[in-house]
Amino acid sequence: MKHVEKALTKKAAHGPDVDITKYEMGPGSMDAIDDLGKAPRDLAEKMGEVGVVTDEGARDGSLLIVNNAVGHCSLRVSDGMELMPLDRALEKYDGLKDHMWKLVEPDKDKFTATAYTEKATGYFIRIKEGHHIKNPIQTCMMIGKDRSIQNLHNIIVVEKGASCEIITGCATGNQAGDSLHIGISEFYVKEGGSLTYSMIHSWGSGTVVRPRTGVKLEKNARFTNNYVILHPVGTMQSAPVVHLDGEGASCRLNTVCLAHKGSDVDTGGTVYLNAPDTSAEIISRSITKGGRMVARGRLVGNVEKVRAHLECRSIVLDDGGVTLAIPELETKVADVEMTHEAAVGKVERDKVEYLMSRGLTEEQAVGMIIRGFLVGGIRGLPEELERDIDEAIEQANLGD
Amino acid sequence: MLEIKGLHAEAGGREILKGVDLKVKKGETAVLFGPNGSGKSTLLAAIMGYSHCKVTAGSILFDGTDITHLPVDERARMGIGMMMQRPPNVMGVKLGDLVRAAAGGDDVGIKAAADFRLERMLDRDVNVGFSGGEIKRSEILQLTAQSPRFVLLDEPESGVDLESIDLIGTKVKDLLYRRTNCGRRTDGCQAVSALVITHTGQILDYIGADVGYIMQEGAIRCSGRPTDLLNDIREKGYRDCISCRMVVPS
Ligand SMILES: Nc1ncnc2c1ncn2[C@@H]1O[C@H](COP(=O)(O)OP(=O)(O)OP(=O)(O)O)[C@@H](O)[C@H]1O
Ligand SMILES: [Mg+2]
Repeated sequence: MKHVEKALTKKAAHGPDVDITKYEMGPGSMDAIDDLGKAPRDLAEKMGEVGVVTDEGARDGSLLIVNNAVGHCSLRVSDGMELMPLDRALEKYDGLKDHMWKLVEPDKDKFTATAYTEKATGYFIRIKEGHHIKNPIQTCMMIGKDRSIQNLHNIIVVEKGASCEIITGCATGNQAGDSLHIGISEFYVKEGGSLTYSMIHSWGSGTVVRPRTGVKLEKNARFTNNYVILHPVGTMQSAPVVHLDGEGASCRLNTVCLAHKGSDVDTGGTVYLNAPDTSAEIISRSITKGGRMVARGRLVGNVEKVRAHLECRSIVLDDGGVTLAIPELETKVADVEMTHEAAVGKVERDKVEYLMSRGLTEEQAVGMIIRGFLVGGIRGLPEELERDIDEAIEQANLGD
Repeated sequence: MLEIKGLHAEAGGREILKGVDLKVKKGETAVLFGPNGSGKSTLLAAIMGYSHCKVTAGSILFDGTDITHLPVDERARMGIGMMMQRPPNVMGVKLGDLVRAAAGGDDVGIKAAADFRLERMLDRDVNVGFSGGEIKRSEILQLTAQSPRFVLLDEPESGVDLESIDLIGTKVKDLLYRRTNCGRRTDGCQAVSALVITHTGQILDYIGADVGYIMQEGAIRCSGRPTDLLNDIREKGYRDCISCRMVVPS
């Protein structure tokens, strides 16, 4: 505990430093919302923006957290999965605490230390052995109070041979733009299991976002992480760490980002390939429209016979922004296949004009190329995410 | 319909077009010959308005309107369509989406894809990894969807195998004579005008041509009946052919 307390002022490895003391813990209680379809209008609108549907028919489970309170939790299938607030899960399962702080170190930086020392809210999702959850499970993290901290800790366990898809929407209410989101996530995917985790963000232009994610994959387990940031944000810094511990495990980390003016986005990921025949792919596609965009990726091959590829591509739309691609490959063994590609450029004029020669306006042509750049070439992106991306591109007026 | 007067243009910082004069009348098909590197594709780029080709003097009139400095999309909307010799790869943009956009959101082009043997290509990124013949078919499909009044065709048949030439020839003919792909035939005399670049003249077996021009070193050096020009070029080669005629249109 001592060393964690010491870390309460420890600067994070990346991203601008933040004075946590200017925020206070957000409210820990709220009136429950039994039916998401009857959620207050502003809440429902925000949920829609980040891919959370109020018609729960399309989801096999829904959970809503506002500030630091679970406001809704429902399941459409009772068989094969559990979805509940983390504190309930800790009461129910004695062993669950052994899954806490195993994949994220509490003294990593001031954000993890804060999450560790303060009471955190969160969810627990468990997919039972051999079960395939058909429709996505949705979770929504909303901040509703200005100058407040949202302090979350989520645990997902996908058991042997099980699979599910989770869509998480993160957003801030209109009056809560200047707030801090801390989110600790620890995901365990057991032998042969599969987890697709997609996150869509719509924060306020002053929001500070500091998620800390650790993922552990056993033999032949698969993990796909889709990180979509298309709306303005104050500063966001995220770098999930994935441990491919079992033979044949594989993961894919996709980031799709639009860095608006005033936004500082630092995303990436680290994958440790710790077992033979594991493979990893880190793909980042970003557009800088006057903001600052850092795309990191680090692949560490610790054993022989692993394959990994890292790709950061960026288009700079407006002058005045900053784009930085930092790919890292690391290994001490000989028999590995690890590659990276990085490219920073502009929307190519000849392509825009080619589309314009078919009658598209310049704005339509640029929009089409940018959409293709962002979502083309990324595998494993759910179709409805693509639709959300289309909408955000339309809103962003990329043609000007 | 198209009138080019004293056109000078630069590409890559060098003057490529050095005073081009050329006319294509309404409903007429003009064919443009000329050795490699003489500036034929650059002329088409200037007519379409591609910015890599910078017009420094002269003018381009379309239907009497000066379009010399109009943006590409405005020219397209006025009815000019172009098949490029080497169109760019557009990663992430599906051919089907472009074909639909070219038809203004309509599905006519998509439905016609099978006739172009492109039904399985609609989900592919535009031009990425396309074979030479696939590029030609995809360009003509896009033009068909777009349905322009004036088409610029840059070597439509080059690199195409013997069987596919028939397909391409027929489709270009349909394009020029506005025959839709569902077999419906619109007014036959409402022919579309065209300016076609060819080295072999094979495409002319399908569409014919009313007038021919020879370009050399960035200017039109000769004009005449397309078949005569082609024969002269075949027999004497470009150099002699041009020195023999030396007809420079005023
Ligand atoms: N963007 C450019 N940058 C530099 N040079 C260029 C550019 N575009 C054209 N050129 C040059 O201009 C000249 C004419 O090129 P163009 O493509 O118009 O020839 P062409 O008559 O179409 O030849 P071909 O029959 O080989 O297609 C060539 O020497 C070419 O290298
Ligand atoms: Mg050419």
